[in-house]
Amino acid sequence: MGNCFSTLQFHAGRCDGCGDCMTACAQAKANSDDQAYSRIRILPKASGESVELALCRQCADPICVMNCPSGALSKNGDTGVIDWAESKCVNCLLCTAGCAYAGIVYAPEVGHVAKCDLCDGDPACVKACPSEALEYRTAARIFNAYADKEDMFCRGLAACHGCNSELLIRHTMRMVGPEVVVAAPPGCIPGMGTVGYNGQTGAKVPIFHSLLTNTATMLAGVKLQYNRVGRNVTAVALAGDGGTSDAGFQSVSGAAERNDPILFICVDNEGYMNTGMQSSGVTPYGSWTSTTPVGGQMQGKRTEAKNLPLIMTMHNCSYVATASTAFLEDYYAKLEKAIEVAKTGMAYLHVYAPCPTGWRFPSAMTTQVCRMQVRTNFIALWEYDPGNGLQFTHPVDRPEPVAEYLKLIGKYRHLSEEQVSHIQHTVDEKIAYLRQLTQIAAARRPAPVH
Amino acid sequence: MHSEYIIVGSSHAALEAATAIRLIDADGTLTLLTRDAHLPYSPTILPYVVSGRSQPDNVVLRSQAYFRDNAIAFVPGTSVVAVDPAQSSLRLASGATWQYDRLLIATGAAPMLPPVGGLTKVPFHVLRSMDDAIDLRQAIGKARSAIVLGAGLIGMHAAENMAKAKIAVTVVELQPHALSGYFEPRASAIIERTFACNGIRMFMGQTLRSVERQGDFCLATLADGTTIAADLLLVCTGVKPNIGFLHGSGIEVDTGILVDDWMHTNLPNVWAAGDVAQARGFWGGKVVNGILPNAVEQGRIAGLAMADDAGVMPFPGAVPLNTYSFFGQQAISVGRGSTCSGMEIAESGVEADGIYRRIVLKDGQLVGIATINDFVDAGIMWQLILRRTDLSSVKAEFIANPQLTGRQLMSQIWR
Repeated sequence: MGNCFSTLQFHAGRCDGCGDCMTACAQAKANSDDQAYSRIRILPKASGESVELALCRQCADPICVMNCPSGALSKNGDTGVIDWAESKCVNCLLCTAGCAYAGIVYAPEVGHVAKCDLCDGDPACVKACPSEALEYRTAARIFNAYADKEDMFCRGLAACHGCNSELLIRHTMRMVGPEVVVAAPPGCIPGMGTVGYNGQTGAKVPIFHSLLTNTATMLAGVKLQYNRVGRNVTAVALAGDGGTSDAGFQSVSGAAERNDPILFICVDNEGYMNTGMQSSGVTPYGSWTSTTPVGGQMQGKRTEAKNLPLIMTMHNCSYVATASTAFLEDYYAKLEKAIEVAKTGMAYLHVYAPCPTGWRFPSAMTTQVCRMQVRTNFIALWEYDPGNGLQFTHPVDRPEPVAEYLKLIGKYRHLSEEQVSHIQHTVDEKIAYLRQLTQIAAARRPAPVH
Repeated sequence: MHSEYIIVGSSHAALEAATAIRLIDADGTLTLLTRDAHLPYSPTILPYVVSGRSQPDNVVLRSQAYFRDNAIAFVPGTSVVAVDPAQSSLRLASGATWQYDRLLIATGAAPMLPPVGGLTKVPFHVLRSMDDAIDLRQAIGKARSAIVLGAGLIGMHAAENMAKAKIAVTVVELQPHALSGYFEPRASAIIERTFACNGIRMFMGQTLRSVERQGDFCLATLADGTTIAADLLLVCTGVKPNIGFLHGSGIEVDTGILVDDWMHTNLPNVWAAGDVAQARGFWGGKVVNGILPNAVEQGRIAGLAMADDAGVMPFPGAVPLNTYSFFGQQAISVGRGSTCSGMEIAESGVEADGIYRRIVLKDGQLVGIATINDFVDAGIMWQLILRRTDLSSVKAEFIANPQLTGRQLMSQIWR
């Protein structure tokens, strides 16, 4: 596979044109506060249009490079950056004729062309942006590291259109690798064919279909037997929220309490989505499900969801984290830790899985729904281990209103204003509580040694 | 010898064609035959090799490793002397023949010599190949005075570099002003003045009647009787496409090789691109547009077409374009400078300070822009011309600040 590269992303809608990025660039590149030295240029609004920017796109087919007669410009095969070699440049400016983005321009202040070099992978402009309009996207490294690894599931798994659980298990098992035993209790993941269909199996690795009630303990026992025969395998559970929070809870709780060496992944779609969309213990307040209907008496679920990942931290098992498939780098970092932890103790990953079929939103919107869960703080991304306590991994300090998330999803369509403000209040309280936990953890951690 | 793809030439058009072919066809045998003995370089770099700013081995556009990694056979020092399309074959100066399935002619152009009496009897230099540049650099080391015939880009670059090497330089140009292909008289006057201020004698609108050898000197006589003596004579009076070897091949030529919008010639399996090709002009006709970005674009189109790429876009038409640095100053020209009926001209700048801007609009669209010491993004201006972007709603803003307005426009419409 070819190389993928990190890139700068500009969200025009979030930019207020403050120009801090240009000052930061001028400081980083020319030790000057004069924005004339900046290589990123925010363009003021032209006749009511949104703010735009002029910046090198680090093109894959860079015409500036093709137009360079001196060999001063080249596409770096490792970083993707269009490198400029001052020693070779003859200042002919033909590169500027090849660029439709004003990404490489003559800078009279320095007497030669100047362009963005992404600050060697740590762009100053991104750090200076107060409105998160600039993002440095580094997810390409995941592709570079894992695209060539074997997919541990067969083609043709029968997940619903737009399901992110299939995406999740394929990503996960690519990293875990073939030395594995997988438990999958009743739920969408076996339902899509991972444990078998028509006499075939959907997985390329050992997998068994545990009961809803015994997944964690059975997996821990299988892992012990592997240890006994001298095989070092990762024991992975791919369970739904029903198999984890409700009928499965006693075995998960027991395994966590014993710190059994397993990696338990709860794929949370907030209910029993493959058996007809019944409510579970983690179904949020207000949700329509087939057992919490909308009618004269009920307006969706009346009780709150229990905070299952937080409950898991109370077991003092080795590692607990939440994750979202819209933030794959965050997930990969957590999965890597969890795989390591599961050699000796229990790692619990709680991954959110918005369900187009059961929640009623268009199948093309899954990742956007995932993204909005995080941006509104409806869910929080954090990790926990007994030594360091709880820490946010993607804190959202200026969340969007939770109503922006709810309105994407059909199961919340009936909500009254009171219900929406109730949910907003619950979200705020949950975040405030988590924040207190992070503060307690920070206070307990020893100061870093210098 | 046989190769599925044969490219004759090794500069920008040839190299981009090779890249494009490899993008689509990773395996087809691909051969670059070039008369030059060196690894690929750009003719544009040669004035900088003459000045010493660039070293010959440091301006290589593709290394041997590149050719090896991309399975391209690079065969330097190979002159093609004849093409036989009926047999799909090429004949080399050595007598050997090559068979091709698909052929690209990217042989570029060669210096054109003016009809000046005595020119063939005196030693003189030209500047089109690396060997020319190396020869000229050696000659400059020994010379104290020089005559540059022709005030085009190459002549002006060379004159500047020789002046910087403390040589007394005289430039003689037939046209009434320098760089007449790109700049109007007012802009050229700024450039000429800068040259004069740096001690270069500028004889514009002058015909050279004759040259003769006098001892170690070259004595030039202008039409008005003025005589100039110099150690060195450099002839830079333009170039002409290298098409002599196509005589009798049936490939249709005019000034250059006539091609369609996919760089295809009149004969099957034969394409041409770059300075040798005569393709659609953006404002009509077929033109030889001997500029580097043009060669890049044509080479890429030809390569994609040769490899049967389904997504190849037709050539939008040649637009004159150049960026020119002189004595630390910058001149940029995109599109047409000359005017005809219905065109609107906006000129501004402070000529005493060497700042100049001329914008030519027609029907609310940009037709041309030329600036000196007033940077505009040539790439954006080029796109605005090619896309025929309607500027009527932002005309005042564009004339007042073409750089900012152009960037604002392109940042919205580039997608």
